[in-house]
Amino acid sequence: MKPAPFNYAKPSSVDEAIALLGGDATLLAGGQSLVATLNMRLSAPDLLVDINGIGELSGISVDGGTVRIGALTRHRELERSEVIAAQAPLIAEAVPLIAHPAIRNRGTIGGSIAFADPAAELPACLLALDGAVEIAGSGGRRKVSAGEFFRGLYDTALEEGELITAIEVPVAAGNQRFAVEEVARRHGDYGMAGVMASVTVNGAAVEAARLVYLAAGGTPMLAEGAGAALAGNAIDEASIGAAQSALQDDLDPFDDMNSTAATKLHLARVMTERALKRIAGA
Amino acid sequence: MADSPVVTVHDRPNSYIGRSVPRPNVQRLLHGRGTFTDDIKLPRMVHAAYLRSPFAHADIKSINADAAKAAPGVAGVFTGKEIAELCEPYVGVLTHLEGMRSPPQYPMAIDRARWQGEPVVAVVAETRAQAEDAVELVEVDWAELPAACDMSAALDADAPVIHEEYGNNLCWERIVDEGDVDAAFDQAAVVVEDEFTFGRHTGVTLEPRSIISSWDPSEEQLTVYMSTQGPHMLQAIFAKHFGLEEHRVRVICKDVGGAFGIKVHTYGDEIATAALTMLLKRPVKFIPDRMESFTADIHARHHTIKARMAVAGDGKILAIDFDDLTGIGPYSMYPRSSGIEINQVLNLTGGPYTIENYRARGRVVFQNKPLMCQYRAVGHPIATAMQEALVDHAAQALGMDVVEIRARNLIPDDAYPTKSVTGMLFDKLSHHAAKDKLLGMVDYAGLRADQETARESGIYRGIGFACMIEVTSPSPMFYGVGGAPISAQDGVTLRLDAKGNLIVASGVTEQGQGAEAVLSQVAATAVGVTPDKIKIITGDTEITPYGGGTWASRGTGIAGEAAAQAGHALRDQILEVAGIMLQSEPRKLDIRDNAVVDTDTGNERISLAEVGRVVYYRADTLPKDYQSELIATRHHVPKKFPFAFTNGIHCSHVEVDVDTGMVKLLNYWVVEDCGTVINPLLVEEQVRGGVIQGIGGALYEECLYSDEGQLLNGNLADYLVPMAAEMPDIEVGHVTSPNSDSELGAKGAGEGGTGGAPAAILNAVNDALLPLGARLTVNPMTPERVLRALGKTE
Repeated sequence: MKPAPFNYAKPSSVDEAIALLGGDATLLAGGQSLVATLNMRLSAPDLLVDINGIGELSGISVDGGTVRIGALTRHRELERSEVIAAQAPLIAEAVPLIAHPAIRNRGTIGGSIAFADPAAELPACLLALDGAVEIAGSGGRRKVSAGEFFRGLYDTALEEGELITAIEVPVAAGNQRFAVEEVARRHGDYGMAGVMASVTVNGAAVEAARLVYLAAGGTPMLAEGAGAALAGNAIDEASIGAAQSALQDDLDPFDDMNSTAATKLHLARVMTERALKRIAGA
Repeated sequence: MADSPVVTVHDRPNSYIGRSVPRPNVQRLLHGRGTFTDDIKLPRMVHAAYLRSPFAHADIKSINADAAKAAPGVAGVFTGKEIAELCEPYVGVLTHLEGMRSPPQYPMAIDRARWQGEPVVAVVAETRAQAEDAVELVEVDWAELPAACDMSAALDADAPVIHEEYGNNLCWERIVDEGDVDAAFDQAAVVVEDEFTFGRHTGVTLEPRSIISSWDPSEEQLTVYMSTQGPHMLQAIFAKHFGLEEHRVRVICKDVGGAFGIKVHTYGDEIATAALTMLLKRPVKFIPDRMESFTADIHARHHTIKARMAVAGDGKILAIDFDDLTGIGPYSMYPRSSGIEINQVLNLTGGPYTIENYRARGRVVFQNKPLMCQYRAVGHPIATAMQEALVDHAAQALGMDVVEIRARNLIPDDAYPTKSVTGMLFDKLSHHAAKDKLLGMVDYAGLRADQETARESGIYRGIGFACMIEVTSPSPMFYGVGGAPISAQDGVTLRLDAKGNLIVASGVTEQGQGAEAVLSQVAATAVGVTPDKIKIITGDTEITPYGGGTWASRGTGIAGEAAAQAGHALRDQILEVAGIMLQSEPRKLDIRDNAVVDTDTGNERISLAEVGRVVYYRADTLPKDYQSELIATRHHVPKKFPFAFTNGIHCSHVEVDVDTGMVKLLNYWVVEDCGTVINPLLVEEQVRGGVIQGIGGALYEECLYSDEGQLLNGNLADYLVPMAAEMPDIEVGHVTSPNSDSELGAKGAGEGGTGGAPAAILNAVNDALLPLGARLTVNPMTPERVLRALGKTE
């Protein structure tokens, strides 16, 4: 498990990093997925561009109605951030489910979003919160909504020569309710199923619900049918049942080593009920 | 005491027997000063990497290594054929497993690879990274062959035959038939039947197998540093297959980071590493990485069993009848063979109970997967889970409590010595005392009441028991009679140095389990010194007494006894010379806390340091016709019984989430009887560690394969080992029935935890699911398998 030989560069600015990209270069952020694939020789880039020295990529701030999270922000910083706890409670609830402390100390939000593992928590959070990804390239910076960013299995709107500079999510509103439910074989494993639920309420009724599922398709999966089934209704047995039924069409899970697609659909429904009941009780 | 010249380790005034003395090596390891094989760097050392077969079954049509040979840092590239020219092939059969067959095996594949991961080409370079780079440059022209992967289909008429000369894929078949099984089933009030499947898994030692081999052509001396459980066995194997005299092979085993039975076999990549040093005349290091370990280390446990049990109306077990099939890869592993696991299943099933009628068939088949062999608790988890699940099934059919049915069938505590229906001889076991002790630890009535209450709110908790026996401290009946160079005896040498310290050398090895602590405690007690005066030496064939090493829970029972006897002999030597110095009869003297004392008063007469000084530096002050000796070696081998059986009972308390299929382990209790307990802390940690490995088999660990024989989860993200967060508290109690075959009275304690846990957890899960009509007979019990049993998924 030794990586194939590679060249290494450590730029100190975003522009410098962009200049190094292109060709067979790969970005090194937290390295929690990349280093394993290098060591297993599943990837063998010519050049590793280590962005850990770029100060402007780190940090969490609030600007008006938006929480801005620098791409190099570690999972551990999210976990400990008072801003995240207050303004993006869905992320605060999800982060402790990411792997183990040693991995959270190194792993970054930009790396997780760029890798776009459909079983990972942060891509699902970003989509549930209807956030956006800020991307820098040689032509400048652009923003892509979460819905447009995740295109397919490990496929995103990130073009060659680009890097993620920040993630933006809206500040949580007073009438929003959040819940994360996930089932994993062991603490810290990728979930067999999980839902990131962001529900906007109007009194007892649901105004809008964004239920996003992990391990339920090639990308984080926004369950539009389930959301529609809940909208305008109180959260009760009937609306939960309707949302669960809608998952048949909303989700597109596939078989893996731990479970079949049918099992994942079943588990997604169980997670749905648990998340919604928790929101209704909150 | 002066009138009682017979001194045993049990009546010493300064005894360390039964005390949780800290391990002598613990400070060194905690300070990061351990020396594992990979920490050793020899001058001019090079590193090996292996190109391994990417196919489960394929012909090697040609190999082109030109580019690899020219790559940076490469010292040499060698094929299986080149290695075979230096090394005699080996055959992994034991003659007492009658009818077993396995063809000669070479360290590396020659014309055909027979499992994914079999070594094919060895590349040696200045660094491991360069060796791996060059491996990628080797071109092999493969012709993939149909593979026999599924063991259940390996005997089908249309299955690809792995060794054509045999005509089919059968390695070995054994049938046991005792009593009148058919009549017993005819008489039964209740017959229960189950089909069990146990998943293939592996040992996952934290430190992988590790070897440095170094050939000195000037003396024709092969020195091998190795992370191993059996230095003398490996010495014999290297000598035999490379045509060397044994004294020209030295095996040195420094610290070992876990072994569990993984590191006591003949691996082709390790044997080839010895050939590489002979070819290159430079030391060669080979440390398999984690991915290689998953396909190159032995696997274990894959069994499918059809089993039934006949029970009378009063709960009495009348008969057991089962048919077990296991797949072992394309060869039987050398030298222990791959037949012992199923042999244990056939020998041990039903062992805790009085049973008169018993029929079993075991079949071992070849297949195109990694070799299977002995891994911690060999066969016990299979035998115990099958037996205990059938007992619970029978209790359920009779409407009888699961503890009550066990109480009615366990061999009475006053029946010993006795033997099981399969002929296993039991010296002294304590099933009923252990059960009673366990029921004193577990609030069984309270758990049952809680179970009822919880069910009303949709929470499903279960309680599972498992009674078991464990094979420990084997005699030569295990391997020696089958022709393997595996010693059942072990030796200990004790030497008093000139400052009164005790140097202890033993053939057993330290794997992190605490063998050195046990030897230290026994030697300290037998001689009369404090443990801080002791230095332990293990793991070097050149300087330790000959012995089998560490496996089958034999270190304490066998080397511990040798240490006791060597301690008595050294004590006699010390008292003899001290008697001369003090002009006193030796029998009026004793040794306590590093000094010779008057037996009656305990008053110090002379320190051991002074004895050492006089003996070594001032022998001129001793009588001219007297020669002192301050060194003694004793060996021990079990003689009265083939195995020192132990017994135990486990109880698991679980909660099953019937919507997700997740099993939560709430509590766990074990009572075991390993005879004399030398160090309670070490015994309890052996039990706990063992239970956790059993939990791995019950809930998590399984080598998953594609239909083509490709391992799908050969990494630690996808192959799930038990992790601390999911583990329950494990409470351990002891009953003590000393081993009558030794003075020390100790038996082994290393494997009972692993042997019992899968059974207890299987029964607990099924107990939880009972009101829902679901029943599992598979390990590991994954969430999906639980949901399938509940009818909640396809």
